[in-house]
Amino acid sequence: MSRFFATRAGVWSGFGAAALVLFGAAPLLLSGFRLGLLAQFLCYAIVAVGIGLAWGRGGMLTLGQGVFFGMGAYLMAMHMKMADAEFRNGHGAVPDFMELAGIRELPAYWVPFASPVFTIAMILVLPTGFAVLLGFAVFKRRVKGAYFAILSQALAGAFAILLIGQQSMGGFNGLSRFRYFFGYNLDDAVNQQMLYFIAAGVLLVVVAVALQLRRSRYGELLVAVRDAEERVRFLGYDAANIKVVAYAAAALFAAVAGAIFVPVVGIISPASIGIVPSIMFILGVAIGGRASLVGPVVGALAVAWAQTALSEQFPSAWTYAQGLLFIVVIALLPGGIASVAALTKRFQAKSATVEAAA
Amino acid sequence: MTTALTCTNIHVDFDGFKAVNGVDLTLDRGEVHFLIGPNGAGKTTLVDAVTGLAKYSGSVVKDGVELRGKKVHHIARRGIGRTFQTATVFEQLTVAQNLDIAAGAGRSPWSLLRRRTVLPDNVVAVLEQIGLAGQAQTPAGILAHGQKQWLEIGMLLVGDADVLLLDEPIAGMGHEERDTTGRLLHEIAETRAVAVVEHDMDFMRAFASRVTVLHAGAVLASGSVDEVSNDPRVQEVYLGASHEQEAIDAATA
Repeated sequence: MSRFFATRAGVWSGFGAAALVLFGAAPLLLSGFRLGLLAQFLCYAIVAVGIGLAWGRGGMLTLGQGVFFGMGAYLMAMHMKMADAEFRNGHGAVPDFMELAGIRELPAYWVPFASPVFTIAMILVLPTGFAVLLGFAVFKRRVKGAYFAILSQALAGAFAILLIGQQSMGGFNGLSRFRYFFGYNLDDAVNQQMLYFIAAGVLLVVVAVALQLRRSRYGELLVAVRDAEERVRFLGYDAANIKVVAYAAAALFAAVAGAIFVPVVGIISPASIGIVPSIMFILGVAIGGRASLVGPVVGALAVAWAQTALSEQFPSAWTYAQGLLFIVVIALLPGGIASVAALTKRFQAKSATVEAAA
Repeated sequence: MTTALTCTNIHVDFDGFKAVNGVDLTLDRGEVHFLIGPNGAGKTTLVDAVTGLAKYSGSVVKDGVELRGKKVHHIARRGIGRTFQTATVFEQLTVAQNLDIAAGAGRSPWSLLRRRTVLPDNVVAVLEQIGLAGQAQTPAGILAHGQKQWLEIGMLLVGDADVLLLDEPIAGMGHEERDTTGRLLHEIAETRAVAVVEHDMDFMRAFASRVTVLHAGAVLASGSVDEVSNDPRVQEVYLGASHEQEAIDAATA
């Protein structure tokens, strides 16, 4: 089965099936509320694809993807708040939360975010550029393993704390109560469905990009760096450059996910981007199978769905279930859900040889 | 026969411990040059210094270019390849993928982002040369120990290294594999300089074109196998010690 999906026909049918489910079955079967939840989960899945690339293939345990997710989200939220204020009180108006906080003058760095084009460009460039700079600083110094993980996690914590202190960025409460997404009214169910379709489409694109990166010569090189970085260096490659590409791609995916998350969910606050959400991203990827292409997507969706379902039934049970799930996967299934197929195959082969011997 | 690499007055200092203490070494193309010496003589440290892993004073010149202070990957691109005591190959990747990566240090980003459609010619040729043509699609992790070492040498060949520094390339090999490796080394050395760090004296006697003996971080003797084995100082610190050990072994047996 896995061999079929390695062929060209297999890849196309895989994408076809996914598109059928995301664009056909889901909108037909799910209520507007459930579809909105799924759109939110798809945003997590987009982040997960990037983590799968950086961590699963590149060996970089990116414990701080909340930073890039948050950057994308806040950039989008700034534009939406500006657009709402402009719609209400005309050009150059101060967003509502600033008025409440007593800020009368629009801060200079908010002004260009009135432009949708500028905002989208920033979402694509700013987090990725930050990841490139950070990546060069860290990987050129050969910081790796646990040190890299701690560093990236600390960054997520620091970023959340920084935002809490910024009244002009909404502080602890973050940015919320959006009315329009590039001119589309967010109260309209049709527009909510459009957001879901955007999230689903972006997920498919991101998976396709990740697939190409994995199958290319670069993808082989990335695995080589993960398994024997020093050896790669002695072959004449600058290993830091190779890692930066995967790290930046993961940052870009997270930023785009954050930007879609904001209109879908309607709020972004430091609580959604700090250490705990960053670990949640990792958890989904670990459970799904970090080294596989589809594993992180499945894991992210499963964890988010389980969290919602369990919290609806037993509000306090999720934390325990989450811990248990993590222990079970790490102890019994280190390759994640994606490795179940390979394990059953090996088990069948083993029992077959036992039978043959007997 | 041309000189490929010249090391002059190499000193490596690990917090006051002089691991390499004023070594001069010249590697010529066309020779399989053995570096021998007791444990701690500084053989591997010398290789580490030349390849940019250990800091040193002195000078390493390849084809007129000073290498001291250059980064590891820049030195590698200058055509200096090395292997490690424990064979280091990319275990999750196939033999062909291993060689393809090793052949591609100069590839453009654009070609890196595309899939490999055919194996480069030099990879196919080297697969044949190192005797792994039949295992091209085998994951390198499940190769036999000796095959991994051949693969590692092959990775240097496709990367166009013309100075090869091999750290114990026959460790753990059987007799036949050793002979095959020895012949491979001479084949490779026809157009390249090959240096071999080795403990195995029989292998050294059979395949060395030239021998340099290191002891306590300095060159004790250098020359042909016969010259070196007849050097009384070498017998004293190195061969003598092993003869003594043999005598003790014989007595206790």
